[in-house]
Amino acid sequence: MSIENSLRPEPDFEAGSYVGEDRPLGAQQRPPSNLAAEVRGYLLGLALSIVLTAATFWAAGTHLIYGPGIVMAVVVLAIAQMGIHLVFFLHLTTAPDNTNNVLALAFGILIAGLVVFGSLWVMAHLNHNMIPPQELMQLQR
Amino acid sequence: MSTEALRAGPDPSHIGHHNEALEALPEFTGHGAGGPAPKRIVVGYGFWIFILSDVIMFSAFFATYAVLVDARAGGPGPHQLFDLRNTAAETACLLASSFSCGMASLAVGQRSEKWTQIALLVTGLLGAAFLTLEVREFAGFVARGAGPTHSAFLSAFFTLVGCHGVHVSAGLLWLGTMMAQFWAKGFRQNIRHRFLCFSLFWHALDIIWVGIFSLVYVMGTVLP
Repeated sequence: MSIENSLRPEPDFEAGSYVGEDRPLGAQQRPPSNLAAEVRGYLLGLALSIVLTAATFWAAGTHLIYGPGIVMAVVVLAIAQMGIHLVFFLHLTTAPDNTNNVLALAFGILIAGLVVFGSLWVMAHLNHNMIPPQELMQLQR
Repeated sequence: MSTEALRAGPDPSHIGHHNEALEALPEFTGHGAGGPAPKRIVVGYGFWIFILSDVIMFSAFFATYAVLVDARAGGPGPHQLFDLRNTAAETACLLASSFSCGMASLAVGQRSEKWTQIALLVTGLLGAAFLTLEVREFAGFVARGAGPTHSAFLSAFFTLVGCHGVHVSAGLLWLGTMMAQFWAKGFRQNIRHRFLCFSLFWHALDIIWVGIFSLVYVMGTVLP
């Protein structure tokens, strides 16, 4: 660290708390603590996650949902819980100082979606177009 | 005070540096003005990019599993192998661990050495409990002859779930390191930045696990 930098007082930022929270450089004093509200946020996230997890396990064993619809229910519940984690635990927001994080996430979701659904699509078609074993035997004869 | 008056002050070149009064204006935050982003924002963003690349790697493993789930080579399938009670216990451990990691973040924000160490210890113990359950499950599969070499389904299963387990193990090592560093070095800025990255990593692992318990375990017992 150069002398010039070491002369500038290091701004004091909170770590770990709000991931995307930006504080102006030069704000020297710690912001007023809002511990109770932050704990409530985590508790809300935990409660919602527990509800969604319980719903997923419930959906697996229930006969109340139309059978073929259970798969879709499980997928929807999983996506919802991932969203809960992103908002309440990773503190992803739509605030302007979080734009970079959200855009990177959108790109990540795009690639992950292409990989998963692309693979399933291609492999399903490959299986469909495969020569059945009996015809393969006739070709060899 | 108007913005123009501030701009004309200690920052004649409009670079944005060394103009703390201008930077303090809330309308500049996140709009490309007000100078370079604080270091913790940059550190968090960089580590977020790493996490997303990790997620993309996991998505490839998920795709592999989904393609190979029916290739059982006459061996056992999800119905014979998976015990949802064990999965529920693992899920509870990891979710509680994620919550207590959040509590550790708040303790670091409060600069409380005692609560930081307690919350991190709880996080680590819950993570270790998760790993114990997972290793017991894997050992049970192998003992029943359903090891990763038996079928393509089992290879894909052990790769996907095992890769998550390896991440949790690495996270436990990192967690121990963070506890030692908070103990020895206190709440220094660079240590807090490391902890920010650790908490992102730990919460992201829980997100991956949501995918695994839903799409592998629960889905495996739902689908024929």
